[in-house]
Amino acid sequence: MITATNISKRFGDLEVLKNIDFNVETGKVVVIIGPSGSGKTTLLRCLNLLEQPEEGSLTIDRQTIDFHEKIPKKSIRGFRRLSGMVFQTYNLFPHFTAAENVMEGPVTVQKVPKAKAREKATEILAKVGLKDKVDTHPHQLSGGQQQRVGIARAMAIDPKVMLFDEPTSALDPELIGEVLRVMKQLAEEGRTMVVVTHEMNFAKEVADEVIFMDEGLVVERGSPTDVFENPQEERTKRFLNLLKE
Amino acid sequence: MFLFNSILGLSPENIEILKDSFLPLMRGVLAYTIPLSLLSFFIGLVLAVVTALFRISGISVLSGIARVYVSLIRGTPLLVQLFIVYFGLGNLGIEFLKFEPFTGALIAFSLNTGAYASETIRASILSVNKGQWEAASSIGMSYMQSLRRVILPQATRVSIPPLSNSFIGLVKETSLASTILVSEMFRKAQEIVATTYTPLLIYMEAAAIYWAICFILSIIQGGIENKLNRYV
Ligand SMILES: Nc1ncnc2c1ncn2[C@@H]1O[C@H](COP(=O)(O)OP(=O)(O)OP(=O)(O)O)[C@@H](O)[C@H]1O
Ligand SMILES: [Mg+2]
Repeated sequence: MITATNISKRFGDLEVLKNIDFNVETGKVVVIIGPSGSGKTTLLRCLNLLEQPEEGSLTIDRQTIDFHEKIPKKSIRGFRRLSGMVFQTYNLFPHFTAAENVMEGPVTVQKVPKAKAREKATEILAKVGLKDKVDTHPHQLSGGQQQRVGIARAMAIDPKVMLFDEPTSALDPELIGEVLRVMKQLAEEGRTMVVVTHEMNFAKEVADEVIFMDEGLVVERGSPTDVFENPQEERTKRFLNLLKE
Repeated sequence: MFLFNSILGLSPENIEILKDSFLPLMRGVLAYTIPLSLLSFFIGLVLAVVTALFRISGISVLSGIARVYVSLIRGTPLLVQLFIVYFGLGNLGIEFLKFEPFTGALIAFSLNTGAYASETIRASILSVNKGQWEAASSIGMSYMQSLRRVILPQATRVSIPPLSNSFIGLVKETSLASTILVSEMFRKAQEIVATTYTPLLIYMEAAAIYWAICFILSIIQGGIENKLNRYV
């Protein structure tokens, strides 16, 4: 579903991603872990083209972008719609209700008729457990509810993959569970997902593959059992030990 | 009361003068002061949005044009701008540039408002969290779609208080149009004084009317702010 080849990204002198190769098969869940500043967010943003790598190429669902070439804005937008991004800080549109947030992509970008889009938005919101919050504005929702609207908004554009950047790390502990449950449900439905998270239990339960990143490199990858129970690399061991403390 | 009366000279005949001048002054307000303020504010706002978008476009020609425009307007007195547009251009001998007083004032005030308000609008666009642009992009929206649907509605809320202040300032500044013979309220006041010889009385009356207009505007401003702040 996703194949990223030789992705390199720098900010000025700082090399944030160093020749990353990365692929996700259809219906699989990949969890990315790693210390702060290792480039997890940047990698996810490259998959959504919020950042453009200097090197490499990216294929999602048989569409390929080669970062050596100049890419027209229009194909960037088209490519972006292949993935749905869920942000750490939700980034909901505060002037819209929950339903309007979810409808915005379909109505404004895909020109779906309003009534139809609203029907679909209501359906998706019901699915993430927000049936009775359809007409509520974000500021009247809890963090967990806001993040579920965020997930619904990303789902509404019918992406081929869902990208989650630490979706629960801005949440109070008691609200984390409701968001993880929704994500687990999506995984069980067979959605392709890439999740950056520090929730190791979620990774163990849901991930098909765990990727450990450090300093812009993929240091280790494997099944959750391999990476968590039997890490091969010194850096992975050190990181996992730090988490246990 | 005695002091007050003697300063304003509120004798029965002065009260008569106040009453008689009220209608002509209000005619100036309704026929010129308010239309001039409203029209130049709206034209100015359109100019301001375009200028602000030029400034943040990242295209150097456009942001250059915007910068020069804002700098020229902010660096020169409004009265001088008014004289250049009306007397200066009018004197070129080009028919097209000979404006009626009202049109001349409208052009000068619009240009002036456009420059100042563009800075307000630019600041309010930049004040919207970067995450909003990214969220809009991530669902496939174009630059213009993001701006129209996501950024400008939020920037508007931020810019209402400073823009209201600009508008209130503009209402008062229209009195400068009296210098190019626009019969707005202050011009009317000067004409009345020329026949009654009661400058303190009439100019105080004009001041009171300006104050009343601005007071009403500030109440409207409060109402708009309340409405826009509901969803924050
Ligand atoms: N827009 C930017 N400009 C300059 N440097 C940046 C930018 N974005 C990220 N960086 C730098 O790139 C490096 C990787 O950042 P990134 O956000 O991808 O890390 P991360 O693994 O997501 O960390 P965290 O766990 O703290 O979220 C960091 O050193 C960061 O300071
Ligand atoms: Mg991050």
